[in-house]
Amino acid sequence: MKKSQLTQNSRLSLPSMQTERLSLYYGKKAAFTDVTMPIYSGKITALIGPSGCGKTSFLSCLNRLTDLIPHTKVVGSIRLDAVEILNNRVDAIALRRRVGTIFQKPNPFPFSIWKNLAFPLKEHGIKKREQLDRLIETTLQDVGLWSEVKDRLHTSALFLSGGQKQRLCIARALVLQPEVLLLDEPCSALDPISSGVVEDLIASLRGRYTVVIVTHNLAQARRIGDYAALFWVRAEVGRLIEYGTVEQIFTAPQQDLTAAYVNGIRG
Amino acid sequence: MTLFNNKNLSPSQSDLVLLWILRGFALLTGIIVVLITAFLLLEALPVLQQVGWLRFVSDPSWHPVQGFYNLMPMLWGSLLVTLGAVILAAPLGIGSAIFCQYYAPPFFSGFYRQLINLLAGIPSVVYGFWGLVVLVPLIGKLQPPGTSLLAGIAILTLMILPTIALTAEASFSEVPTEYFQGAAALGISRWATIRSVVLPATKSGLFTGLILGTGRAIGETMAVLMVCGNVVQTPTSIFDPIRTLTANIALEMAYATGNHRSALFVSGLLLMVAIAILVAVAEGMSRRNIYG
Repeated sequence: MKKSQLTQNSRLSLPSMQTERLSLYYGKKAAFTDVTMPIYSGKITALIGPSGCGKTSFLSCLNRLTDLIPHTKVVGSIRLDAVEILNNRVDAIALRRRVGTIFQKPNPFPFSIWKNLAFPLKEHGIKKREQLDRLIETTLQDVGLWSEVKDRLHTSALFLSGGQKQRLCIARALVLQPEVLLLDEPCSALDPISSGVVEDLIASLRGRYTVVIVTHNLAQARRIGDYAALFWVRAEVGRLIEYGTVEQIFTAPQQDLTAAYVNGIRG
Repeated sequence: MTLFNNKNLSPSQSDLVLLWILRGFALLTGIIVVLITAFLLLEALPVLQQVGWLRFVSDPSWHPVQGFYNLMPMLWGSLLVTLGAVILAAPLGIGSAIFCQYYAPPFFSGFYRQLINLLAGIPSVVYGFWGLVVLVPLIGKLQPPGTSLLAGIAILTLMILPTIALTAEASFSEVPTEYFQGAAALGISRWATIRSVVLPATKSGLFTGLILGTGRAIGETMAVLMVCGNVVQTPTSIFDPIRTLTANIALEMAYATGNHRSALFVSGLLLMVAIAILVAVAEGMSRRNIYG
């Protein structure tokens, strides 16, 4: 197997996902091009860079949420455990059970807290009440919501606070026991305290889940990330400028642009 | 000199005027409804006082000139023809709205929407005429005479289909796309999302469509008068001719006098009560919360 330069950075674990020369086009316009990047198993990979550089577009390719947007074209390769997921024979719905997304704006369903978690489980074939109750309780404990909501599991999730909603959305993804979790600026719509709680929660997922997080908050990327990837717009197209461990990106960047960005000079 | 010299904190004059005009309009609308109801009651009162409520339910037949006032067959006619139409039009209308909103390619759904709009604009007498010359002979081949409960149901289904389809589409378009994104990201299929998220979330909108459709169906006169046969009887099969309360008023008002005329107003009153009950039931159902 040909090893790219990037994968040699890994001494600790194997990539859970790997993109090769990945590009995304909205109609004729390229959102980003030629992104080759590993995503290591059990690690937190932070995607950083200014707005409009293709981070979120890249994220939505990873579980083919791009399929839902008309006139998009994805070129290149994305492998999940060595399986090419851009292949048409791969069922996007089955893929998204294994690779979940958390959005910037918390989007719980207009159901009760309990049903928000029970609905995806039931759709994926888990129907026994005791099993549902058990899974829902463990997952809510996992995201630190259980003590806050255990007395009102059957009231609407829409009455929760912003931070609680986001943790519920994370729980909703975790309850399906995904392998990879994609987070698109999960803290940016939250107040500082909720943001801190959600950040701690994400950090606690390390080791158990493979996490990819888009963030505008450099300090956050540095606090919780294991690896970081800087995206930047060049000639109106998003490009991957530099990829490395967080340590390397923040203390010994190889590119001048990276150095300028992480030191707050550019961006 | 500053830009805003006016330090006056009292509400603006034009807003106050508008408020009073709007209050006036609201009052006027309310008064009209009350007046219509009062008029109906007043006109129905003579026969109600003379023969009493019970006779409208228990008389052997509807022969108002001879003093028999049984309205039950016509109430059944109205209710059955409406019920049949709603049962057929609801899945058709809601189903086609789901298809248009979530499955159909954009050019097709645009075309289809125009078609539905056109269907909504056809006058009822045209529906009735078409029913009479096309549908009734067709049903007549199946089982004579053709003018029947079934013909009424079929025509009304066509007439209320656009109402239900358009209100359903309007409610679907208000469902936030976040729900779809969220469900897709959890590996939930489109149909499961529609069934479990969209339909519960739009329940009150869908019910509104059903109420509007029901109201139109039960109040429709011309089309049902033309295709239903207008025989006063409680139908025992869908091929039996029926007469609805609305057709009853339209058919007899030209020559009705005295108690007969008053009894026709009782028909109208009965219609209003039936609609009021339907609306109340539907309201009650749509208010029940969906969090289970």
